[in-house]
Amino acid sequence: MKTTITVNGQARSLDLDPRTTLLDALREHLRLTGAKKGCDHGQCGACTVLVNGVRINACLSLAVMHDGDEVLSIEGVGAPGSLHPVQQAFLSQDAFQCGYCTPGQICSTLGLLAEIAAGHPSQETPSDAPPVLSDAEIRERMSGNICRCSAYPQIVAAIRQAAEALA
Amino acid sequence: MSSVSDWDVPNPVKENRSGLIGKGVDRYEGPLKVTGTAPYAYEVQPPSPPAYGVMVGATIAAGRITDVDTAAAEASPGVLAVWTHRNVPAQPPRGTKAHPRSTAGSKPALESDRVTYWGQPVAFVVADTLENAVAASHMVQLTYAADAPDVDFQARLGDAVDPPGEKDVEVGDFQAGFEGSPVRLDETWSTPIQNHVQMEPCASLAWWEGPDRCIAHTSVQMVKPAQHGLAETLGIDRDAVHLMTRYIGGGFGGKGQTYDDLTLAALAARALGRPVKVAFTRQQMMHGTIHRPATVMRVRLGAERDGRLNAMSIMTWTHCHSDGSFTEHASNFARSLYAAPNRLTGHRLVRLDLPHAGPMRAPGEASGTLSLECAMDELAETLGLDPVELRIRNEPEVDPENGRPFSQRQLVRCLKEGAQLFGWDRRLPTPGQVRDGRWLVGLGMAAAIRGNFLLPAKCSFSVDADGVITVRQGMTDIGTGTYTVLAQIAAETLGVPLGQVVVEIGDSELPPAPGSGGQFGAATAGSAALAAGVNLRKAIADLAVNDPGSPLHGGDSASVTFQDGVVALENRSETLRDLVRRAAPAGLTVEGEIRPAQDAQRWSTQTYGAHFCEVGVDPVTGEVRVRRMLGVFAAGRILNAKTARSQLTGGMIWGVASALTEGNAVDPRYGSLINQDLAQYLVPVQADIGDLEAIMLDEVDDKANPMGIKGVGELGNSGAGAAVANAVYNACGVRLRDYPITPDKLLAGLIAAGR
Ligand code: FES
Ligand code: FES
Repeated sequence: MKTTITVNGQARSLDLDPRTTLLDALREHLRLTGAKKGCDHGQCGACTVLVNGVRINACLSLAVMHDGDEVLSIEGVGAPGSLHPVQQAFLSQDAFQCGYCTPGQICSTLGLLAEIAAGHPSQETPSDAPPVLSDAEIRERMSGNICRCSAYPQIVAAIRQAAEALA
Repeated sequence: MSSVSDWDVPNPVKENRSGLIGKGVDRYEGPLKVTGTAPYAYEVQPPSPPAYGVMVGATIAAGRITDVDTAAAEASPGVLAVWTHRNVPAQPPRGTKAHPRSTAGSKPALESDRVTYWGQPVAFVVADTLENAVAASHMVQLTYAADAPDVDFQARLGDAVDPPGEKDVEVGDFQAGFEGSPVRLDETWSTPIQNHVQMEPCASLAWWEGPDRCIAHTSVQMVKPAQHGLAETLGIDRDAVHLMTRYIGGGFGGKGQTYDDLTLAALAARALGRPVKVAFTRQQMMHGTIHRPATVMRVRLGAERDGRLNAMSIMTWTHCHSDGSFTEHASNFARSLYAAPNRLTGHRLVRLDLPHAGPMRAPGEASGTLSLECAMDELAETLGLDPVELRIRNEPEVDPENGRPFSQRQLVRCLKEGAQLFGWDRRLPTPGQVRDGRWLVGLGMAAAIRGNFLLPAKCSFSVDADGVITVRQGMTDIGTGTYTVLAQIAAETLGVPLGQVVVEIGDSELPPAPGSGGQFGAATAGSAALAAGVNLRKAIADLAVNDPGSPLHGGDSASVTFQDGVVALENRSETLRDLVRRAAPAGLTVEGEIRPAQDAQRWSTQTYGAHFCEVGVDPVTGEVRVRRMLGVFAAGRILNAKTARSQLTGGMIWGVASALTEGNAVDPRYGSLINQDLAQYLVPVQADIGDLEAIMLDEVDDKANPMGIKGVGELGNSGAGAAVANAVYNACGVRLRDYPITPDKLLAGLIAAGR
């Protein structure tokens, strides 16, 4: 099926098997292997990308459903010589070890910061006030991204550093 | 003959003139990892478009494949090959070593009609796309003659035997010491099967250059055995396999060996004449790769009323695959931990129709401390002693098992500093006394110990005409920080900035190193790197003093110094770059090597730590929350404060999971593991972990290796779960000895205790 997806700002025309997930379209067809496959079942978050600004698990979504959508994958966030503040914060805080969950964590962080800025509540948000970037909010909102290396304390520190840098 | 005294000389790591050793520098490969540009095995771009292989797992745990119908799969769109044991290309019998010095033998895939565990790869489909391969893999029809699976570990405990070549170890007279003790504890703990759950499932990509040379990218912790094993399986010369594993998405012991993904990718690439890649699915990882086996541990402690142990025993029952002999040595660590004149430790093994057991992060300690370190907590309560004090009272002066002196032992300092930093004095010895809203709050602690090892390794160092130092080693970085610490050692040794160092690892064509495992990686790889760096310094110094064009000409090469990219001799100097460009424009390359010292066994060399944990227990739901946790560790000189801390906190979180959530349940009907994915096998997520910190004490262990460093990758895991379990008890007064401590068990305990 012919599908056009704007990936990292570039319109990409693809002729895809309708069974191809957005994750496999990125990884196997567009050679954007930054988004990782940790489970292919929506259980780990390694494949997190932003679609029209909202974070999703790319493995749980068929590519042909995204005709006309804007996808931001880790490759569009920053490059080794020009790191995005979130990437720089992950590096500075050692918020990863093997690095396999990391692109997903970073994309998820971008989604989290946007959600907090937009006032979207989470389970940790008091009912009478907008969400703030507390450790509890970060932990709750980042719990869809598993890190088996367990860089969790460092990830919280990185998100705080990034939020300050972006403020 | 090498001796630890040979290491008793100054070296650039000890001198640390540039201050790079110990510094928490950012990860060398970090910029690639945070931008998604570090290619893991499945992501390497092959020379031509790859075909996609998918494995099919057996749906019985024991028996035979009696019939195979692949017609539908073969007719499915895009399918290039469908293999079972009937038509897989011939491979040498298992274990074949055509080269006598191969570090691994042949490991044929789809070996026969015999099935020995549920999920064993029994068929393989290759197609032009992943979607076509997955679809066809569902069409493979296998008929089995299944045997009743023998998988009930608890039911088979009585049949356990001594592991091959092992006997119980007794010091003194355990039985007499135990029975003669006024205070006795005799309890049994059990731990479940655990899986590594590396975030990157095992994956391989292979292609051939001509008929004789196989290029393979895979995700493996040990390079040489992977290369040798693949060559033996393919029946080709070892040098005909070029195996690479540059980025590895977690290992934890589970990638200490290769699996059928590698064999099948290489065989199919040869058969089809195109690159083939194969990955395990998340579900396939649970059965198809090794796991930490379940244990039953009986701990007996006999003590005087003042807390001094007269007798200590831990006996471990565990299981392995029906063809295997891997033993979870959960009793071994106890041999060096506490003083007691009468000691008995040993292991019993049951062979079952379960998948292969194998090492998982802190093998032995991770399970073993979950029993002994909780037993010590129970004993402390019986004696009316503080658990920290009980441990201090049993601090041995020499290794209590063999009388060897400790190379370094700062366990007591870890305990004391940890207690103070954590606020241990606020703990109330009687459980269930502290409330915070709906939560019952408790504190727990445990000691940590993990052995330290040094293995033979080589490394090469080069300098080029730009003054760039390149480190080459067949080593791996599984997230441990190998790239980074090798770069630090190189930069420190040659006196160049970190940006002037290139590190190449994860390649079978590089000087061999044993790989990542057993927390021996940094010490082993790093010591070889140091040796290579020292040799390169000598070569460069010789170059300078022998070059008439150098201001250092004619000087004493032993006095040449290396700092800030400059080679100097007293007040004469030039840049490294100028020297090499002029005197050796093609660059210089030297090798270095480390071997274990012959006399290293005269010392008991371990790493130590102490964990302190605060949990909340919800008495209504049985939920446990880790509120804060502190680990204090002594593990020799630390090469990189940042990456070492990450290793330790990561290990501590593994401990939390082993106490509270992790475990595979066995389905006795089919011999399968019931929970096969991340929704059911519960590894911690961000919200499970509260404030958590790891602190490293100053230490140099000059008996460990020339750098005085030790490993940290497994130490953090040892004891961490016991601290959590002890905190749970202190919070709510329920002792659970059957891990993990899940809400259902805790609620039953709370109800039974009338809380
Ligand atoms: S790969 Fe998509 S959530 Fe795990
Ligand atoms: S860094 Fe390895 S899984 Fe997160």
